[in-house]
Amino acid sequence: MEGFLNQLPIGLSIGAVLLLIALGLTFTFGQMGVINMAHGEFIMAGAYTAYLLQGWTGRAAVLVALPVAFVVAGALGLILERLAIRHFYGRPLDTLLLTWGVSLVLQQLARDLFGAPNVQVQAPEWLQGGPGIMPYSRMFILALAIGSVVAVWAYLNRTGQGRRMQAVMQNRRLAATSGIDTGRVDMRTFFIGSGLAGVAGVALTLIGPVGPALGTYYIVDAFLVVVAGGLGQLRGAVIAAAALGLLNSFAEFWTDASLAKVIVFVAIVGFLQFRPQGLFVLKSRALT
Amino acid sequence: MTLTTERPVAKTPPATWRTRLQGPAVFATVAVLALVVAPLLLEPFRLGLLAKYLVYAIVALGIGLAWGQGGMLVLGQGVFFGLGGYAMGMHLKLVEAQGDLPDFMVWSGVEQLPALWEPFANPVFALAMVVLAPMALATALGALVFRQRVRGAYFAILTQALAAAFVILLIGQQGLTGGTNGLTNFFELFGQDLALDETQRVLYIVVAVVLGLLYLGARQLVNSRFGRLLVAVRDGEDRVRFLGYNPATVKTVTFAISAGMAGLAGALFVPVVGIISPALLGVVPSLELVVAVAVGGRFALAGAVLGAVVMGYAKTTFSEQFAGGWLYLQGALFILVMTLAPRGIAGLLRRRRKETR
Amino acid sequence: MTALLEIRDLSVVFDGFTAIDGVDLTVDQGELRFLIGPNGAGKTTLIDVITGLTKPAAGAVRFGADDLTGRKEHEIVRLGVGRTFQTSVIFEELTVVENLDLAASFRRPLWALAGRRRGISEAVEHALTTTGLDELANEHARVLSHGQRQWLEIGMLLAQRPRLLLLDEPVAGMSLDERSRTGELLTEIAKDHTVIVVEHDMDFLRRYASQVTVLHEGRVLTEGSVEEVRANPKVQEVYLGRAREEADDAVR
Repeated sequence: MEGFLNQLPIGLSIGAVLLLIALGLTFTFGQMGVINMAHGEFIMAGAYTAYLLQGWTGRAAVLVALPVAFVVAGALGLILERLAIRHFYGRPLDTLLLTWGVSLVLQQLARDLFGAPNVQVQAPEWLQGGPGIMPYSRMFILALAIGSVVAVWAYLNRTGQGRRMQAVMQNRRLAATSGIDTGRVDMRTFFIGSGLAGVAGVALTLIGPVGPALGTYYIVDAFLVVVAGGLGQLRGAVIAAAALGLLNSFAEFWTDASLAKVIVFVAIVGFLQFRPQGLFVLKSRALT
Repeated sequence: MTLTTERPVAKTPPATWRTRLQGPAVFATVAVLALVVAPLLLEPFRLGLLAKYLVYAIVALGIGLAWGQGGMLVLGQGVFFGLGGYAMGMHLKLVEAQGDLPDFMVWSGVEQLPALWEPFANPVFALAMVVLAPMALATALGALVFRQRVRGAYFAILTQALAAAFVILLIGQQGLTGGTNGLTNFFELFGQDLALDETQRVLYIVVAVVLGLLYLGARQLVNSRFGRLLVAVRDGEDRVRFLGYNPATVKTVTFAISAGMAGLAGALFVPVVGIISPALLGVVPSLELVVAVAVGGRFALAGAVLGAVVMGYAKTTFSEQFAGGWLYLQGALFILVMTLAPRGIAGLLRRRRKETR
Repeated sequence: MTALLEIRDLSVVFDGFTAIDGVDLTVDQGELRFLIGPNGAGKTTLIDVITGLTKPAAGAVRFGADDLTGRKEHEIVRLGVGRTFQTSVIFEELTVVENLDLAASFRRPLWALAGRRRGISEAVEHALTTTGLDELANEHARVLSHGQRQWLEIGMLLAQRPRLLLLDEPVAGMSLDERSRTGELLTEIAKDHTVIVVEHDMDFLRRYASQVTVLHEGRVLTEGSVEEVRANPKVQEVYLGRAREEADDAVR
């Protein structure tokens, strides 16, 4: 029973990281119709930001890194969006392949800059230990995700920028003809979404080592969160990420690690039998 | 949800006797080059490499069919390639063990042959599974997701997730699959010594012939009414419903065919290269082949085949010389192709031909 | 005359908005019926329900002996209901004849489609001549003009040999010439088919309609011949709305 309970914080914190990653994906996919495979490398960039800052700030690196990684990853996303992705709007399959090329290059770049072996980021002392089954580090990740969701929700619903973003997501053309500068909105969405991936990267340094392929371990699962949660849906992403994180860790506990991913996959396909467009759907009458 | 706007814009030239003969003539030339000239000129090592590229070209052909013609971006063909490869590998391992346990099982402490392995001692069963197992999995997955109108990027993501899960499964089931090392150390195939140059030469011919036949079959399919229907599904799945067809069936059948091709390729890969392991069939190898198809030209079946051979050759050549450089090059090349020539080499050639005519 | 299509007490609700509210509609075998009504009256929604694109909240749609509600789109087509869309839905990468052939072949089992098309079947030939697209048979559909696209779409419907044709605003966006050509085509088709036409264009209605059903805010306002409908004060009131005089001209 104790082993079973142990899975709960693990599952929740994995879900929290997936959520941070999936938020960016679901909004860029929902709003611009692009699938960004290089999103995983923004996670990696965030994690290496924490690693680099460790040299100056020591064990406070994680805290300092949060805002810095947000900006670093966000800037990377912005550059990618301006240079390449914006020419591919509405062509998700093409962007998927294009950004995969970018992801290859970024991974190799990391390998050349930081070396192929994994590096470690020391967690602050006050994040070590914790009561019973819930280590402070996992609590911190959970709090980080909750904080980010609240911030994103507030941004979407309480600011003009956020409302314009929602407008573009629901109907790009109508938004454009209503005087919204969709290009600017796209840039902001990309910056925020990529920035959150950087934050997720910092969070991941609390769970394990950092390597050039860090992003590849999480990107597929994060996409599954988008599929299950529904496009551009904050609620959907939250529920799907938590469910996926928990299912993953409990499946690992009940069977073994190698079967867990298969079980998750089967569960997703099964879920799509009932909700083929994910938990929540934006309705439209268009016929493709 | 409008997901695919990618569509070809080339116009088919009027069918004069010259253009009608052009296709068969090119095919015959390539066939002679592949079946006669290459085995005579290339040293065994190079011929083996070419055989490997042609094996990948079989997978690429399937991708061209599913993605180029049917609009289904398949990012997990490695899974089907793996199923075919492991079916073949299991058979070879059992033949070699001659009633004992395969070597890697002894090392992993397995004491009794797993029930899953037993039927693979039979060559007919093993060969049947090479094609049937991938087709069955693809049919099951396709039927479930296409019926629910899960498509486009969603489908692509699911196939990729399948590839990721499959690799983790293979690695984890050490005693059953050989884990990370996979299945290797094959010495003979149907009584022939695999180390002999002569055997490898015959294997090369077999691969080339299989590829040629599958290419002709795929072409026939593309030119049939089914092929027209497939293009219609690609360009307007919802509209096809109002013609009275169920697009889910059309897509599932095509997906299964492409999976069967990948399975067959996997089975040929095993004796040609001498190994099948998780690293050969995960997310990255699956994507690399899709990239190869895009570079070759996804809308033409010949482009898919060409892309696989060219990219295979480029990978060998460049990664021999500068290992890390290849990743930069592959990434950069791919970004260039997607931005500048989305129709790939085949598209460029066709445009050139039109301009010079 | 026997009823081919019988709709009883049909309701459709979109996220709380009632688009169709208790509609009854009977269309007899061999009839040519026009559906009119102002924007948002529920005309297209009604067709969407008949063809399975939209699920009704309540009510029944009987087609001959079959109930259409709850069936998938392609199953309804297989029962003999064909439709066109406001935006053209032909396949641009295929030639005109391939488009028609695909429409005509849907009753074949899938394996029978594995062969190449040889020549032109009778149904395709008939559709080509009826729509006057013979000359363009081997052109890619993407080169067609707007009018030709609509005709090809109607031709594809004919090639399917449906028992009921639903045309959604067939003359929208057409030139005058194209309109009268479409009108002739419609008259020709109506001779041996049951047809329902959704149309906005009053002039077109006056020239080619006989039986008209007027929808308003999701309900059937009235039914009858063109003259009866035109004379109905309720129609003038709600359908023609504020710009009464202008609209009077339109109906006249």
